[in-house]
Amino acid sequence: MPVLARWIEAAGIPTVVVTMMPAVAEERRAPRIIGVEFPFGHAFGMPGDKVMQRRVLELALRVLAGATAFGTRVDVDIEWPVPLREAYRAWQPKEASPIVRKLLTTWGRA
Amino acid sequence: MIVDSYKFLPRSFRPLYEGRGPFPGEEAPVWTPFEKRLAASRIALLTSAGLYLKASQPSFDVEREQNNPEWGDPSWRSIPSGADAADMAVAHLHMNDEDVLSDPEIALPARLLDEMVAERVVGSATSEHISVMGYQDRSLPGWQKETGPELVATLRDQQADGLILAPA
Repeated sequence: MPVLARWIEAAGIPTVVVTMMPAVAEERRAPRIIGVEFPFGHAFGMPGDKVMQRRVLELALRVLAGATAFGTRVDVDIEWPVPLREAYRAWQPKEASPIVRKLLTTWGRA
Repeated sequence: MIVDSYKFLPRSFRPLYEGRGPFPGEEAPVWTPFEKRLAASRIALLTSAGLYLKASQPSFDVEREQNNPEWGDPSWRSIPSGADAADMAVAHLHMNDEDVLSDPEIALPARLLDEMVAERVVGSATSEHISVMGYQDRSLPGWQKETGPELVATLRDQQADGLILAPA
């Protein structure tokens, strides 16, 4: 996704990436980054929590429209309101994805 | 507060992401200044949650991904900004889709953006937003040749002044 942001930015449309892995977006050289410490699949927050979603969206808009330099990163100061172990299990698919299955098989053989 | 980028990632997968650096050819800064006022700008959203309209759009090709884990469907769907949660489905093999089905705003906050347009914080939203399927680092060349330029063309058609991308 950071690479897609780069291509769109290079074509003349400013971009911001809202991501659970801002350190990776930095390494992949995204132009503007919002970091969220949320489980995968939840870039804008908890389902049904409009206040949380709005805080993230507003910050994304502020950084999109107001950042003055490449690589600007701002992290959202919101703690995920579900205990880590529960949230860690909850976001994952019921069945491992095909690439994960393949990796686990490869690692199992190594 | 600095976000822990690996908090929810299984520990064994961290080396797949951490310290890998930029993709070849993607090292240099790219930058387009955002020159307008936000209140005079049109904003578009893009999600990689694999959302699509179940009545009128084909699903993403998860079957082929099941058979070929290295492959990911590079196509995209246009999601009208007024689409109802009840009309959406999710094609994504890499996450539990219950939360995003119950409230697609967590991936594509189109209604929230419309509210900010009504409040005149944002000038306007594009009439259609973009949905793709995530976890596609493995098939970048197809994306660069086809999907990327198509997305740029649709964003230009819709006169988007800025894009918010959210990986799932």
